[in-house]
Amino acid sequence: MAEIQIKNVAKTFGSYTALHDINLTIADQEFMVLLGASGCGKTTLLRIVAGLETATTGEVWIGGRRVDHLAPKDRGIAMVFQNYAVFPHLTVFENIGFGLRMAKKPNDEVKRRVERVATLMHIEQLLKRYSGELSGGQRQRVAVARALAMEPDVILMDEPLSNLDALLRLEMRAELKGVLADSKTTAIYVTHDQVEAMSLADRISVMHQGKIIQAATPIEVYRNPAAEFVASFIGNPPMNFLRAEPAGEGKWKVAGQIIDGPRTSKGPLQFAIRPEDIRPAETGLTATAKVVEPLGAHLLVTSEVDGTMFRAVLDSDLQVKPGDKLTLAPQPDRVRWFDPQTTKAVA
Amino acid sequence: MTDATAVAAPATDTRKAGRYLYIAGVVVLCAWVIVPIYFLLINTLSSPETVNSYPKPFIPEFDLASLTFFAKFAGMLTALKNSVIVAGMTMILSILIGAPAGYALSRFEFRGKELFRLLILLTRAFPLPLLALPLAVFFIRTGLDDTTFGLALVHTTLALPFAVLITFSLFSGIPIELEEAAWTLGCTRITAFTKVVFPLILPGITASAIFAFVISWNEVFAAAVLTIENRTLTAFLLQNLDTSPLHLKFAGGFILVVPALIFIFAVRKYLFAMWGIANR
Repeated sequence: MAEIQIKNVAKTFGSYTALHDINLTIADQEFMVLLGASGCGKTTLLRIVAGLETATTGEVWIGGRRVDHLAPKDRGIAMVFQNYAVFPHLTVFENIGFGLRMAKKPNDEVKRRVERVATLMHIEQLLKRYSGELSGGQRQRVAVARALAMEPDVILMDEPLSNLDALLRLEMRAELKGVLADSKTTAIYVTHDQVEAMSLADRISVMHQGKIIQAATPIEVYRNPAAEFVASFIGNPPMNFLRAEPAGEGKWKVAGQIIDGPRTSKGPLQFAIRPEDIRPAETGLTATAKVVEPLGAHLLVTSEVDGTMFRAVLDSDLQVKPGDKLTLAPQPDRVRWFDPQTTKAVA
Repeated sequence: MTDATAVAAPATDTRKAGRYLYIAGVVVLCAWVIVPIYFLLINTLSSPETVNSYPKPFIPEFDLASLTFFAKFAGMLTALKNSVIVAGMTMILSILIGAPAGYALSRFEFRGKELFRLLILLTRAFPLPLLALPLAVFFIRTGLDDTTFGLALVHTTLALPFAVLITFSLFSGIPIELEEAAWTLGCTRITAFTKVVFPLILPGITASAIFAFVISWNEVFAAAVLTIENRTLTAFLLQNLDTSPLHLKFAGGFILVVPALIFIFAVRKYLFAMWGIANR
C-alpha cells in the first residue's frame, strides 16, 4: 500500500529553477512514467522522491507518511540507476542481497529471496560472478533484481534501459513490464523515450521546463494532448498545426476551408491533427507534396499547406510524387484545437 | 608459398627485435634498482678488510660482524623502533586526516575548493629549514620536542598533501551512483562508505599509506632537529655514521633500506592494484 503524493515541490539550483511547484499523486501499484526531454526536471523529481536530492520547498508523502525529511533508506524505496551502479567488489549474489544484509535478514532468507528474484530476472546462473564479468544487459538485470529483492513499496527507475542497445532494450522493456506488474509495487520510471513511456506506463506525466504539462493515460496523452508542447512532443511524426481564423459561431477557417470547431469567443486558434488521421478525399485541405518517404507499411508525405509544413501518413499503395497537389481530409473526431496565447487545448 | 614466407620473415624479425629491446629495457630497469642494493648487501655482509680492499667480491662472505656491531651499538634498536613508530603514526595520521579531505574535495562543492587544492600543494613548496627554528621553539614550549608523536606530526604535514591528492583521485574514480545505490539499499552515509566506497579504494589507500610511511622513514632533517634522545634511525645514523669507518656506513645504509623494502614487499599486492582499480 504505497500511494505517492508530491505536494507543491519546487527545486532551485542557485538562480536556476529546475522544478516549479509540482503536484502529482501516484496511486498504489501504479506505473507512472515521467517523460520529457533532457533538462526538463524529470530526474530531479525522481531523486527528490528517492531522497537523493532535497526539495527547496514542498512535501513528499509515501504510503500516507511524510518522507521528505527522511534518509533514502527510511523511505521504503528501491532505485535502479541509469548506469546500473552494480557494486564491483561484490558478487552478483551479494549485490542482490546487499539491502537484505543491511536489514540484517537471516542467511536463509537472504538466500531464498536472492534466488527468487535472480530466477525472475533470468540471472540465476550468474550469481557467483562479479560485475566486471557481466555484459551491460546482465548488469541491468542485476540492478533490477537488487531493487526487487528489497520488496520495496516503491521502485524508482532512472532511464534504466537507455544504456542498452536497441534490441536488448525492446526485450528488457517487455520483461520489466511483466515483472513489475507481478511485484505489485508502485513504480516511477524516468525516460526521454516516448515509445518506452507509451508501452510501459499506466499513466504518463509529460514534463517540460520544470513543470508537469499533462499527467494522463498514454492513450489520453496521445489522443487529447493538454497543450501544444505535448502534441508536438508525443507521436512520431508529431502533430500538424495550422492557423485557424474565426468564421462565425463554431466555424473556423483553416487553409481556406471552413471547419467545425469549438464555440469560443477567442481569437485565432491552432488547428491540430495527427499525420495518421488524414485521408486523401474529394474535399479538404489543399496540399503540395514536397518529400515522399515510403516506409513499407505507410507512405510518409511531407507537404505544404497554406505555407506551413504538414505531414500525412498515407496508404503505401497511393501514387504520390513530389510536386503533386493533394486534397487531404482530416478525420473530424480527431481534430484538436489549441489557444496560441496560452498554448493550452481548447475544447 | 615462398612469397608468403619472404614477406612474413622481415615482420617476424622486427617483432623479435622489438622483443629483445623490451627484455633489455626490463633488465636495465631491474639492474638500476637491484645492483646498488646488492652491493650494499655484499658490503654489509663482508668483513671490514674486504670492504676496504679492491677488487670487490660478488658473493657475500656472510660475515655478520658489522651487523652484530650495530645490533649491540647503544641506541641503535631504540632508533629503529622510533623510526617504525613515527612512520606508523605518520601513515595513520595522514590517512585519517587526508582521506576525509580527499573525499570532501571529490564529492562536495564548496567555496574556495580550487584555492584549497592549490594551498595543499603549496605546503610542499615551503622549505622545512625555514620552519625548523620556530617549530623547535614551539615544540619545546608545548612539550612536544623530542617525542615520537611530535615528529610524527611534522612528518604528517609532509605526507598530507600526497595523501589528500591521492585519495581525492581515488574517490573521484568511484561513481557517486554506487554510494547513492547503497543509500537507497539501507545504508547511511557512513555505512555506505564502509561497505562500498572503502573496499573499493582500499588498494589505493594502502598505496597512499605506503607513500606516507616511506616519506617519514626517509625524512632526516626534521628528525635531526626536533629529537635528541628519541632519534629516528635516519637521524641516529646521520649523527653517528659521519665519523664511522666505511664498513659500518654500508651496514647502516643496509639497515635503513631493508625495513622499508620488507614493508613494501608485504603490501605489494595493494601497490600493484592501485593501477588496476576496477570500479564498474
